[in-house]
Amino acid sequence: MGTKRRFRVWRGDSSGGEIQDYDVEVNDGEVVLDIIHRLQATQTPDLACRWNCKAGKCGSCSMEINGKPKLGCMTRMSTFEEGEVVTITPLRTFPVIRDLVTDVSFNYQKARETPAFAPPAGLAPGQYRMQQVDVERSQEFRKCIECYLCQTICHVVRDHEENKKAFSGPRYFIRAAELDMHPLDAREDRKEYAQQSQGLGYCNITKCCTEICPEHIKITDNAIIPMKERVVDRRYDPLVWLGRKILRRDELEDRPGDGNGSMAPSTSVGVTGVAAGTPFSSARAPEGPPIRDDGRMDVTELTMPHQGGPSPFGDDQAFPLPPGNFVYNHPAPGKDEAAPEGGH
Amino acid sequence: MATRIERHHYDVVVIGAGGAGLRAAIEARLAGKRTAIISKSLFGKAHTVMAEGGAAAAMGNVNSRDNWMVHFRDTMRGGKFLNNFRMAELHAKEAPERIWELETYGALFDRTKDGKISQRNFGGHEYPRLAHVGDRTGLELIRTLQQKIVSLQQEDFAATGNYDSKIRVFSETTITELLLDDTTSARGEAAKIAGAFGYYRESGEFILFEAPAVVLATGGVGRSYKVTSNSWEYTGDGHALALRAGATLINMEFLQFHPTGMVWPPSVKGILVTESVRGDGGVLRNSEGKRFMFSYVPDVFRRQYAETEEEADRWYTDPDNNRRPPELLPRDEVARAINSEVKAGRGTPAGGVYLDVSTRMPAEVITRRLPSMYHQFKELADVDITKEPMEVGPTCHYVMGGVEVDPDSAAASGRVTGLFAAGEVSGGMHGSNRLGGNSLSDLLVFGKRAGEHAAAYVDALSARPRVSTPDVEAAVDTALAPLQRESGENPYTLQQDLQAVMGDLVGIIRREGELSDALKRLQELKQRVVNVGAAGGRRYNPGWHLALDLRNMLVVSECTAKAALEREESRGGHTREDFPKMIPQWRQVNLVCSLDDNGEVLLERKPLPRMRDELIRLFDRAELSKYLTDDELAQYDAVAGSGEAAGATNKTEATR
Repeated sequence: MGTKRRFRVWRGDSSGGEIQDYDVEVNDGEVVLDIIHRLQATQTPDLACRWNCKAGKCGSCSMEINGKPKLGCMTRMSTFEEGEVVTITPLRTFPVIRDLVTDVSFNYQKARETPAFAPPAGLAPGQYRMQQVDVERSQEFRKCIECYLCQTICHVVRDHEENKKAFSGPRYFIRAAELDMHPLDAREDRKEYAQQSQGLGYCNITKCCTEICPEHIKITDNAIIPMKERVVDRRYDPLVWLGRKILRRDELEDRPGDGNGSMAPSTSVGVTGVAAGTPFSSARAPEGPPIRDDGRMDVTELTMPHQGGPSPFGDDQAFPLPPGNFVYNHPAPGKDEAAPEGGH
Repeated sequence: MATRIERHHYDVVVIGAGGAGLRAAIEARLAGKRTAIISKSLFGKAHTVMAEGGAAAAMGNVNSRDNWMVHFRDTMRGGKFLNNFRMAELHAKEAPERIWELETYGALFDRTKDGKISQRNFGGHEYPRLAHVGDRTGLELIRTLQQKIVSLQQEDFAATGNYDSKIRVFSETTITELLLDDTTSARGEAAKIAGAFGYYRESGEFILFEAPAVVLATGGVGRSYKVTSNSWEYTGDGHALALRAGATLINMEFLQFHPTGMVWPPSVKGILVTESVRGDGGVLRNSEGKRFMFSYVPDVFRRQYAETEEEADRWYTDPDNNRRPPELLPRDEVARAINSEVKAGRGTPAGGVYLDVSTRMPAEVITRRLPSMYHQFKELADVDITKEPMEVGPTCHYVMGGVEVDPDSAAASGRVTGLFAAGEVSGGMHGSNRLGGNSLSDLLVFGKRAGEHAAAYVDALSARPRVSTPDVEAAVDTALAPLQRESGENPYTLQQDLQAVMGDLVGIIRREGELSDALKRLQELKQRVVNVGAAGGRRYNPGWHLALDLRNMLVVSECTAKAALEREESRGGHTREDFPKMIPQWRQVNLVCSLDDNGEVLLERKPLPRMRDELIRLFDRAELSKYLTDDELAQYDAVAGSGEAAGATNKTEATR
């Protein structure tokens, strides 16, 4: 039989909102989405939440559970401690529409900007021949269910609204990689496109996207790094290499994303509540991965100070957050220009 | 009352953004029509993503003996000969082209050794026929079509500077009413479609599409059932919209219960375990450890299925010289067998049976062949299918019935023109039972046809039909009503009650008393739904959305219950405990539902179209004798005789 559990759910819309407490029944074998459905059916019929398949295949029910972006249908209640309070908030990176539903049109915009598959000339339908081993690399990326968890966790946009214009995010890096590796795609410039138009250079390989991917796509290792590596490969020029050796970083001309200053370290201006004044871990100088003497990049990140890169929540932040003092304010678009709200 | 309504003008409005809807939209746009796609969810989240096994198309890549005639035969056999033969024929003939076309859109199917599209075995298909991508074929299909639409939008952007200039996706938008041109119906002609009315889920604002052609591609009705694999979107919207616009529904008594849905843990009850688990060697056992399917091979299939475990096991490696395992019987047979085992007390604690691959092949083979299945069970249920068996049982999966359509044009029958339907919402293609894998190819074949013919219909119109203002006002009132009854009945409770009625009384095994009882209860629910209320405002209010969906679910459930009561036999997805046999006379009858002037469901019997001579000659007399009446068999003998006299072109094929 079920037990009563405390749930804290953010309710509100673009004009603001707050976390509300609910006591709700939880049964064996249930997932977080089941509990939301029970809330809708018994206490809050108008609680807004997206969902479709309830089987981890459609990527609709993305939400932040105890501060971590997750699929509601894939988060088993048995993964929480007995009596643990569960706090549910909308995806932080996207503007909120209502309750747990956010405006994810950013992703659809980026999808539109990514050039589509270019069919090879002279091959009629039915004449395509490809080897399994060759299609498998792209197939890995086509497993993507477009839950946008990687987009929401990526610190390049998570706390930097201003980067959204120039940065497509991990979902569209794997789309570019998928087409780059497609055995019959007729375009040759997928990597250059990713570098020049998708903002691939903004990525400093913290691997957060890979860690959060519910489909376990190796976004960083299998898509981003090969794309970066080969772009470097092609753009390799001995003089550039020498420049990198002797000039200071800030004297280099083509620092990725430097054009509009959007890669400047962030301040915590837009942060309110208990976290006000706490610098984000991403508030450090953006740094590309190290380039080896042969002009290539390491394919692994073993040489980085932290394996897997720093957490966007801060390296000393353990999850789940302690219940009770978890405050959530959905960031407003343009927050970085706004004056700090201050206080709690 | 000043209600803001956003107006749009399109040539073709496609309602539904799953496989059929997207394929129809692509075709309409390629025909130069301004096209709108309406999606209840976000773009790319459609229920099509759940299809795992593959798309059936007789490409003959794995077994070169396969061709459209064999596929046609399998489809008719699976549907117990109740299929609209012309739809089955078009489907079998055109499916390979539709699959190949997807490759030009960027799809990446699994490959054979010689680099062609790989094809796998599936229940009811004589040869390996399902083009697949691991066990996420539906996702590949939806993503491919989604990306093709984006690519068309990119072309339009290059030409006009606007991505949305010729094809636009209205995501999270629900259509509540189709609008007709009153002047045509007043003259006693079939009414012309003039548009569609609905709301944005996000804002609750109303939206009106003025369009001469509407393609319904809204999928199925499963949310009216307690245990279902279907998502919340499957509320029978297209079925109900068609009925209210004057179109007819056929075969509504036939619902497919997928034999193997998860029954444990409870939170994922209903989620499917793909049939390819069985195609690749998985076996069904009861709680006593017996491989029970051997006891449930019906006479009509006896010749094609193995009688011993040894022969069945040899089939996986040598299909040409052995008969297939009975685990690969059509879905309804497997569902019924599982139901019987559970009822006989040989089920699992959670009320299912065991489906086991763990003892049949090494762990790495399982994880390679069934990666997302492995993943799903591990993550959702903490069950390792390489180490322990799964617990499975029947779950409501697919509705064979739907909008009665013209097979070639996908145009809806009845008192309306300009209305088209494709995919699960249309009826006839699958007869009384759908073969696995035939659904994805159905989407493509008839999605394309619907888009093409909708565009042609628009071209042939001399004048644009006009939306009448009183109809729009009435649609607004209906949509707002639940919000004005804040203390009305809880829509979630009503849905649960409806699910209980349908699940308990109109489920997999049916009886006259229960069906009559169900009809009575549905009438009571109708009274309660009139008083449904929704607290909260118009912005993204799921309670309000459900309140509006309920009337669709109710009218479609009523069609199912009425047709199920009328059909006094058991066939495919309709099993009557009181009439357990398949009766040849009933094969000649389609049950057709429409709404009368008072909005009540009207049920009529209509004859099935007669199969063309060269098609019926594809079947053995012995096989046909299980389905046809004596009169029909006499006709067949006359046809077959004259065929042989005329040279018997299909002789080898027909007698294989």
